[in-house]
Amino acid sequence: MSKASEDVLPQAFKAGVAQALADEDLQRALLNVKRGFIAKRAKAVAKLPEFGQLRDEGRAIKDHTLQHLDLYLEIYERNVAESGGQVHFAPTSEDARDIVLRLCREADARLVTKGKSMVSEEIGLDAHLEAAGIEVAETDLGEHILQIRGDTPSHIIAPVIHLNKEEIAKDFVRAHAGLPAKRPLATVEDLVAEARAVLRQKFLSAQVGITGANLLIAETGSSVIVTNEGNGDLTAALPGTHIVVASIEKLVPTLEDACTILRLLARSATGQEITTYTSFTTGPARQSDVDGPRAYHVVLLDNGRSAILGGDFQDMLRCIRCGACLNHCPVYGAIGGHAYGSLYPGPMGAVLTPALYGIDQARDLPNASSFCGRCEEVCPMAIPLPSLMRRWRERDFDRGDPPWQQRLALKIWAFAAKRPRLYRALSGALMPLLARAAVGKGRFRRLPFAAAWTGTRDLPAPQGETFHTLYRKRRQP
Amino acid sequence: MSRAEQQRNAILSSVKAALGAGPDDAVRRSAVEQRLTRHPRGTIPARARQDETALLDLFQTMLEGQGAKVTRAAAPGDAVRAIAEDLRAHGLPPCLRLGDDALLRSLPFGAAALQLRFGATHGDDRAGLSRAIAAAAETGTLFLVSGADNPTSLAFLPESHTVVVRRADIVPCYEDAFDRLRAIYGEGSLPRSVNLISGPSRTADIEQTIVRGAHGPKWLHVVVLG
Amino acid sequence: MTEKAAGTQANPRVGLFVTCLVDLIRPSVGFAAVKLLRDAGATVEVPPSQTCCGQPAYNSGDRGDAAAIARQVVETFEGYDYVVAPSGSCAGMIKLHYPRLLAEDVAFAWRAAALAAKTFELTSFLVEVLQVRRVDARFAANVTYHDSCSNLRELKVRQAPRLLLGSVEGLRLTELEESEICCGFGGAFSVKYPEIATAMADAKLRDVAKSGAGHVLAGDLGCLLHIAGRLARDGSAVECRHVAEVLAGMTDAPAIGQARKAE
Repeated sequence: MSKASEDVLPQAFKAGVAQALADEDLQRALLNVKRGFIAKRAKAVAKLPEFGQLRDEGRAIKDHTLQHLDLYLEIYERNVAESGGQVHFAPTSEDARDIVLRLCREADARLVTKGKSMVSEEIGLDAHLEAAGIEVAETDLGEHILQIRGDTPSHIIAPVIHLNKEEIAKDFVRAHAGLPAKRPLATVEDLVAEARAVLRQKFLSAQVGITGANLLIAETGSSVIVTNEGNGDLTAALPGTHIVVASIEKLVPTLEDACTILRLLARSATGQEITTYTSFTTGPARQSDVDGPRAYHVVLLDNGRSAILGGDFQDMLRCIRCGACLNHCPVYGAIGGHAYGSLYPGPMGAVLTPALYGIDQARDLPNASSFCGRCEEVCPMAIPLPSLMRRWRERDFDRGDPPWQQRLALKIWAFAAKRPRLYRALSGALMPLLARAAVGKGRFRRLPFAAAWTGTRDLPAPQGETFHTLYRKRRQP
Repeated sequence: MSRAEQQRNAILSSVKAALGAGPDDAVRRSAVEQRLTRHPRGTIPARARQDETALLDLFQTMLEGQGAKVTRAAAPGDAVRAIAEDLRAHGLPPCLRLGDDALLRSLPFGAAALQLRFGATHGDDRAGLSRAIAAAAETGTLFLVSGADNPTSLAFLPESHTVVVRRADIVPCYEDAFDRLRAIYGEGSLPRSVNLISGPSRTADIEQTIVRGAHGPKWLHVVVLG
Repeated sequence: MTEKAAGTQANPRVGLFVTCLVDLIRPSVGFAAVKLLRDAGATVEVPPSQTCCGQPAYNSGDRGDAAAIARQVVETFEGYDYVVAPSGSCAGMIKLHYPRLLAEDVAFAWRAAALAAKTFELTSFLVEVLQVRRVDARFAANVTYHDSCSNLRELKVRQAPRLLLGSVEGLRLTELEESEICCGFGGAFSVKYPEIATAMADAKLRDVAKSGAGHVLAGDLGCLLHIAGRLARDGSAVECRHVAEVLAGMTDAPAIGQARKAE
């Protein structure tokens, strides 16, 4: 069961937030997860004194690549061809879907295995292939679970963080046909063992394997995937055709550049020194190979990246999809990924989603942030996420889009703030009145125009006269 | 112009326009050429800059920390004994599949009564044996390359994977390992797959609980020879 | 009298940036700041033409108004040796964001940079510039200290308030387990997304409860209003004060959101 074949568009935000805050299971899961990832990352960074330096170098590599992206794309394409593979350029999601479908048909595919790929979800690939009568088997354990549930990921690297094992067991009973009903599925080990057996059949019988790419290397025409499970490798190595689907900003120039970024990636994502499997694939099987695909294709997706390039949000193209910003974000930690209503949640999603789909579709995302700055602090690519979110707010404001009550309140405040004497007069008169209204209590449980605050919090009352009034009166020598 | 050419032009011209790239690209092309030819290294972690003994210890510690078993075998006979013992310990039959790798083929398997099969696996083998062309001590990472010598499938399909690596092939960092590959395969070229393996297969997708053998091997046994 | 290390700068002229929240809601914080600065040997002036640092406009995307207010602040304060604010948020705005905000303004860009260089949050100014090491105050209580995000991540202020609190007689400081996590105020965020802000406050409240402290101190009044407001709604007996009030020994006034005890 997959979503309809269309671009994934952001949904309404506030409804999702309310639901997420009320979901006790989700809240418990979020608490454990964020603490785990936060502690592990901190430990990994502490063990690598060069982390700060590597971060600066990683940023420089990406910036250099972006500045020369057209040239690196051409070189990458040439090197893929030299190794026996083929690159296909896909300006839009639709182009990418159609190209992949055509390649699958050329390979006479009845079954396709898939490694985890955010880009493939971005373009709605699974549904497109299924509508054409091709069975798609997600092989990453988390993605497999989502597939049988018809659910969407709630985190970019830990997709089923929002689920517990009891729910997953129920899904396995329902979806894994032909197995005895009373089989053991009580422990996480049981579930993993069953998934291993079920998916093993898919790995061995698929005609086409589709993976994403964490990195593309121009120097050699290689694509790199990182996994702990090994499913990406089984997807890439066993079927007759391997298709890589990747967005254009995944490119880095050299093997050495890949090494620098790999040193940052796993540590930032899960706190591992390196993932269990980091695999570089280059072209199809050679004469000397006895296994491996006979055909190797790379579908390079633009879908808005070139529009971001050269603009205010270019820094966002440095993102290596590690998820550290999500893990450290207190807003994400409170509401989880689904509430964002976008494929890309958390701080990186707050910047990327409006860039890909337009700020009018996603205005809540960059606004629902307290700008605490933790995301920027932990980002291995030093992306200035709060500044980029602020830039979206500026775009939004310039279009006249914030709710009129907010705009009005802001304009009134700014009007007074630019006129000190008026500000003094108004505040000097108003604050003592408010103080008197709260006499004996020191705070308000309710106040006109302040319902957004007093709905959940008392509002401390002013002490009385303003500081400036009192200071002028006391005028200490 | 074919559809594919149109699509290619659409992306490349869009990128060029975004970057303000003019028709005279000499400076930019030169910067790209330079980087690709010189392929400069970034910062190499200090932990990789130690003496050979310390690096070997680091290599072992890292791999063991990631759930693999590491055996140091001074001689081929020791290696074979350790491999056989490991299979026994996991309740696996004394049977291994391997490729054409000359070093592996030269090991005295007969002495340990191990049954051998050769070539790629299609899922029926419970134990695979490969040789790593190199290994990086910095994170206990094995470098395996595809080919008839060490078919890729052996590293992923069987429940148990044994990897033999020569002590002399353990290098400090990833970049050193890639330099070795460049020496063998040529500048700018790689074999079909280069698999960097740092432990047995695992997943933490369900309730953040780590479980081994998610899709790949449950057990990884690394034998350092020499 | 405060004790300082020897060799301090003689009598610097400090312009106090009161901040709108202190001015409107809790002037006692402003008076505490004045006392601390004077005790440490500074001459303090409070220019009356200040209103706000402009952050509400800036973070709402209204760059135009934010820049106008910023220019006003630059003009008002650039004549002083230092500008000090009892707030990491406002000090951070002036120090980090004014130069960015006015970067394109030929007339003001360098003036903003000059002002940024001499703007400080109160406790870090006392410790790092005026070399204050102790205060002469007493507050016999078990307190915890909440680091505001701007203090922690923009200004890197962490040790200064703790150093000074350590010298307060009778005060016992218990650290929060997750002191680095945002309380959920975030300025307008607290009213634009109240459910999320409140959930974040609740996480902070749980952390406070775990610490066993009876008082929460912080260097930013915004955080304190939000935390105190939620504590009160929750029926908690935990009290909130600004760190300046405790350091200045001015703790007779009711805590934030509390009334004077019955006459």
